[in-house]
Amino acid sequence: MAIAVQSGRRRTKRGSSLPIFLVAPAVILLLLFTIAPAIYAIDLSFLHLKISGGLLGIGAPKEVWAGFANYIATLTDPEFWSSLGRMLIVAVIGVPATIFFATLFALCLDVKRARLVGFTRLAIFLPYAVPGVVASLLWGFMYLPATSPIGGQIINYFGTTGVFFSVTNVAVWGVVGFNMVILYTAVRSLPPDLFEAAELDGASELQIALRIKLPLIAPAITMVALFSVIGALQLFNEPTTLKPLTNAITSTWVPLMRVYAQANVNNDIYGGAATSFILIIMTVGLAVIVNLIGRRIVGRESK
Amino acid sequence: MTAIQLRGRGRERKLGSTRRVNLVPTIILIIGALYCVLPVLWILIASTKTNDELFSTAPFLPRFDGGFIANMQALFADQNGIFGQWVLNSVIYAIGGGVLSTIIAGAAGYALGKYTFRGSKWIFRLIVAAVLLPQIMLAIPQFLLLAKFGMTNNYASVILPQLVSPFAIYLCKIYAEASVPDEIMEAARIDGGSEWRIFWSVGSRLMMPALVTVFLLQFIGIWNNFLLPFVMLNDNRLYPLTLGLFSLMIVTGGTAAQYSIVIAGVLVSIVPLAILFLSLQRYWKIDLISGGVKI
Repeated sequence: MAIAVQSGRRRTKRGSSLPIFLVAPAVILLLLFTIAPAIYAIDLSFLHLKISGGLLGIGAPKEVWAGFANYIATLTDPEFWSSLGRMLIVAVIGVPATIFFATLFALCLDVKRARLVGFTRLAIFLPYAVPGVVASLLWGFMYLPATSPIGGQIINYFGTTGVFFSVTNVAVWGVVGFNMVILYTAVRSLPPDLFEAAELDGASELQIALRIKLPLIAPAITMVALFSVIGALQLFNEPTTLKPLTNAITSTWVPLMRVYAQANVNNDIYGGAATSFILIIMTVGLAVIVNLIGRRIVGRESK
Repeated sequence: MTAIQLRGRGRERKLGSTRRVNLVPTIILIIGALYCVLPVLWILIASTKTNDELFSTAPFLPRFDGGFIANMQALFADQNGIFGQWVLNSVIYAIGGGVLSTIIAGAAGYALGKYTFRGSKWIFRLIVAAVLLPQIMLAIPQFLLLAKFGMTNNYASVILPQLVSPFAIYLCKIYAEASVPDEIMEAARIDGGSEWRIFWSVGSRLMMPALVTVFLLQFIGIWNNFLLPFVMLNDNRLYPLTLGLFSLMIVTGGTAAQYSIVIAGVLVSIVPLAILFLSLQRYWKIDLISGGVKI
């Protein structure tokens, strides 16, 4: 008993091969479909096709070492930076909006004597069950002047600035409920005696929400923020689906669309691989930075 | 009196003054709910209209002159009933991929959470690192690699890359550590149970809440996935719903002639899943997700 508690995890008895057998499928699949594609993409990104002339005339194009040429091509392409910029605009609008509304709804749900809590919680969670593509089509029809029930005839939802809000709106609509549920779970797990004491001291619901609950769920909010930032970097479904409806969205509107256009439309798999790898590095880098900042904030709060 | 009213959650509330209902948060929640539900409601209303009525009638009033049935018939008859095939494909991808990836994640999580063996630390580190790697960014590298071996454009090319979810393994590992007590495993060993039997009849049962959550997350993730099938598939008979609807929209393009079919398709792809997930909502252990990531 004492040993079990102390060791916590046990070394396999009789050299059982079960754990290795259990973990093997995951490891093999991870190597085949995550690690191998990443390495292959890195490999491709340093190659390019060379059409070998030769004496016989038309030789088959051969893959030759390209050095950093593909990377330089991507990094010096102004369209790459514009697509990154457009993605950042969506992120700058969308991430704070998602966090703000998810937190607001979560705190409202927990207020005593708020009504319709069960119904509104389900309703706000509903869009999470709607695929991003379907949500984009749905909102696309709401934006289109011909069918719009929300004044698309007067408001140009696909205008130069409007299009950013339109795309962001679809993305926020899809994720705000999920984040709200995560934050609401965090609020519910706080010990109730914390608020009872404040209530006896005459604190209002608003004060309790802002001064007690909000700081205590800061770690969960940080996590939601991290997810939202990573989500924003992967923006693809919404602009791709809205594209057939408007000329305001080009085929390279966000970086992932540019990778797709490069690799699958222009058949430049080498350039596409280089851009993919640059994006993966950027995403992982940003995820690490947000995570570190988050931990620092959480660390400070808990002191 | 005030004490009673403070505690009154429900019936007594109506007897007390309306002052006691906290109006501001209630109104905020109602606005939020309307924002989330109205677009779906509008799609339901729009699906009752023929293409001409779509452009000419009041947006929030349904029509009852047979438009709904006509739209559904047109949707399922389009291109020799390909829409039904897309629904079936989505079900195959989401259930097949969801079940398999849950088994894989559950097994790996249990092994990593309850045993120490050669390389277990390194495997876990690899998985934590892979959590940070966004799966969608890998879709095109995955396509390039599979294309090299001529393995694209089939069911496997969509299912295989989604079978292993580092986040799901991570969740299962955390959950196995917390919910499968060493004492029970030790007692089962003393009773002569093999390691395999302990896993099957003790470990997997105790991990059930985590497994259900992982399955639902994977199911939604695969059902909603778009980029992976988009790059992997050429044959539209293999498309999932998301890609199928997108291709309908592309065919429709700028012309408004077929909007009513696309709208009917949007409705059909929302309603069953929404009902399924709202009804399964209480089996979700979302606190698991928040607890898991906090570390």
